[in-house]
Amino acid sequence: MKNVKRTYEQDMEGDGIHSLQKVIEPRRNEGSCTVKYFLIGVSVLFLFIMLFLPLMVVAANALKEGWRVYKENVLDEYTVKALKLTLLAAVTAVTINTVFGIFASFLLSKYNFRGRQLLASLIDLPFSISPVIAGLVFILTFGNIGWMGGFLKANHIKIVFAVPGVLLGTIFVTLPFVFRELFPVMNAAGKDEEEAAALMGAGGFTIFRKITFPHIKWALLYGMVLCTARAMGEFGAVSVISGHLRGKTNTLPLQVEILYNEFNTTAAFSVSSILVILAVLILIVKSFVERKRK
Amino acid sequence: MYVEMKQINKKFDGFQASSNVSFGVEKGQLAALLGPSGSGKTTILRMIAGLDEPDSGDIMINGRRVNQLPGSRRGIGFVFQNYALFRYMTVADNIAFGLEVQKQDKRTIKRRVEELLELIGMQDLGKRYPHQLSGGQRQRVAFARALAPNPQLLLLDEPFAAIDAKVRRELRTWLKGMIERVGITSIFVTHDQEEALELADLIIVTNCGKVEQIGTPKEICEKPESDFVKEFIDTARVWRL
Repeated sequence: MKNVKRTYEQDMEGDGIHSLQKVIEPRRNEGSCTVKYFLIGVSVLFLFIMLFLPLMVVAANALKEGWRVYKENVLDEYTVKALKLTLLAAVTAVTINTVFGIFASFLLSKYNFRGRQLLASLIDLPFSISPVIAGLVFILTFGNIGWMGGFLKANHIKIVFAVPGVLLGTIFVTLPFVFRELFPVMNAAGKDEEEAAALMGAGGFTIFRKITFPHIKWALLYGMVLCTARAMGEFGAVSVISGHLRGKTNTLPLQVEILYNEFNTTAAFSVSSILVILAVLILIVKSFVERKRK
Repeated sequence: MYVEMKQINKKFDGFQASSNVSFGVEKGQLAALLGPSGSGKTTILRMIAGLDEPDSGDIMINGRRVNQLPGSRRGIGFVFQNYALFRYMTVADNIAFGLEVQKQDKRTIKRRVEELLELIGMQDLGKRYPHQLSGGQRQRVAFARALAPNPQLLLLDEPFAAIDAKVRRELRTWLKGMIERVGITSIFVTHDQEEALELADLIIVTNCGKVEQIGTPKEICEKPESDFVKEFIDTARVWRL
């Protein structure tokens, strides 16, 4: 009997055994190309309807009455104030949620304790609650008729229908973003390196600075970008809490709504274009960070 | 006795990881905690290191009860199973880490790092990053890093588990030579009977959180004190034949 010792590669190549490639790769004349183009077509159509069309409509309507009117609308006093409040809300939310996200993900990924799972689920709460409900919750807690209403009134602290309320609402709805980017990364990294550093006498901040942070740098930035985007676009919760006080508690999205409800369509679209520009800027930063993450 | 465990008990969520564990290791000895997976040997090692706390019992190092002392103050060097090298630092920075934490001056640190790189035979690889090293090289760096702050006790958690068989034998011999040369008291955890029999001066056999037997390799082989030890060691001897 011939002593045939064949390699795996030899086996896979010939002698009537179909190569793996032939079996898996779609054969030419079987309409696989059609499927590919069909899927691409559907995706492009979807993107066009959901993304490009609205953008084109915004741009067209914003400039409908000409460039001068556009400038007037964008530089209108209330609009500028709304822009400032939107930026303030975004910066506040990102700052607080970044600190929170770092602490929470460090705690949940490097330590084991009772209620760990529960805490992780709680952090996802803002995702599952409708922002409008969230706004209502704040009114019921901090409003005049709310739990803390008496205490706040006595100390002349205004939260609901004031800027603090807007900030609070924005912080709440963007709470999970940084955490959700950091946690998987930290969890996958395990705690061995941190333990090794701790055993050699390194303190908490040194460990974070030299060992944890370099690993989470880009995930952190990415989470902050997502948080910013969400904060700027927030409508529901802020709408309920703010009381729509023009020039005081209006964010850009709320300002758009007010203008639209007053049938000042061009102005509404003009202010919307500011949001679009901000969104595009955020998108550019996001793409940059995504690439760095790889 | 340089290291002593006295009646150590540890429970994890209702699971008895260590049950009345007692043993002692002399200064300069190379001891092995040998047992099947899940027998509690890594738990014991981590408690000596201060990474976990026993529920009851005493951990003595150099005659001193260290239960309340944080791991970083027990004079211990620890080599993790997967080395736990700091992936964003170079080999040299990894080795220097312990000394930098101790705030030693730059010249001393540089000298010590060079000394250790020479000891492990990686003089030209100081600027490499862990992901650019082979498994065996990473192991040696982990060893150097643990030794850098001049610990009195070296603990190794399954040091050869992540290495392929061929490199394992060379590394084993190398490690034993290194430890003898440095003269440091060492305890390593392993489930490999052959490894324990070959390297250790003293073997502590564990099973289900308990210590089955303590003795020299010769004693363990020739005078097994329980059926478990007999069968466990026999498996090794069958392979050796």
